[in-house]
Amino acid sequence: MSQSFDQELDCKGLSCPMPILKTKKAIDKMESGQVLKMFATDPGAIPDMEAWTAKTGHEMLSHEKDGDVFTFCVKKK
Amino acid sequence: MTANRVAIIAGHGSMDEAYPPLILGTAAVAMDMETAIFFTFYGLEILKKGMADKLQVSPIANPAMPQPVPGISVPNIVGMLPGMTAVATGMMNGWMKKANTAKLSELLDMAVEFDVRLIACQMSMDVMGIKLEDLIDGVEVAGAAAFLEFASKDAIVLNF
Repeated sequence: MSQSFDQELDCKGLSCPMPILKTKKAIDKMESGQVLKMFATDPGAIPDMEAWTAKTGHEMLSHEKDGDVFTFCVKKK
Repeated sequence: MTANRVAIIAGHGSMDEAYPPLILGTAAVAMDMETAIFFTFYGLEILKKGMADKLQVSPIANPAMPQPVPGISVPNIVGMLPGMTAVATGMMNGWMKKANTAKLSELLDMAVEFDVRLIACQMSMDVMGIKLEDLIDGVEVAGAAAFLEFASKDAIVLNF
């Protein structure tokens, strides 16, 4: 079953630190408990998103890899 | 102890040296850490209006710079020839574009938007004849004590 989400964010093609900056910008505008689905192609986005959620307290619900595209689902704290 | 502040010193004005303070500064603030960057001496170039994307990279005394043709080593002395800084800068800009790296101006805009404290060193401005109106909006002018007071509250300090 795929994760349900409230908003999508396309960070494909962007390199560090842009996926994190855009994710932060998007999540700031969302409500607590809502889920952001973010797409990235930067392999560095995996450890960065894990670190970002660990530090900010937002919850990483899932992260998947489909070809070159990484998909992250983050629940706003 | 977990640090929730990052205090960064940006003291250089070449393109390659402007990236680390701006990347780490914007990433820090995106991680909900209170962030300040102290721009001193040549670091002030980064804050000059319209300058961020015009910063250059020098091939002189920069042996780590990738060679234009892989495997063929260009003697460092070639870097002394007129126009070589522009050539090296153009080459580096090409690589950055290919890697889809954000422009320095984009990172600077993000820093302003996320309320990173951008502190221009008053003394360096006086030495180098830089006025507040030469710098982008959102910059504050202060001295060493202002930066250190911020850093003294359990900040991670990064010096570039």
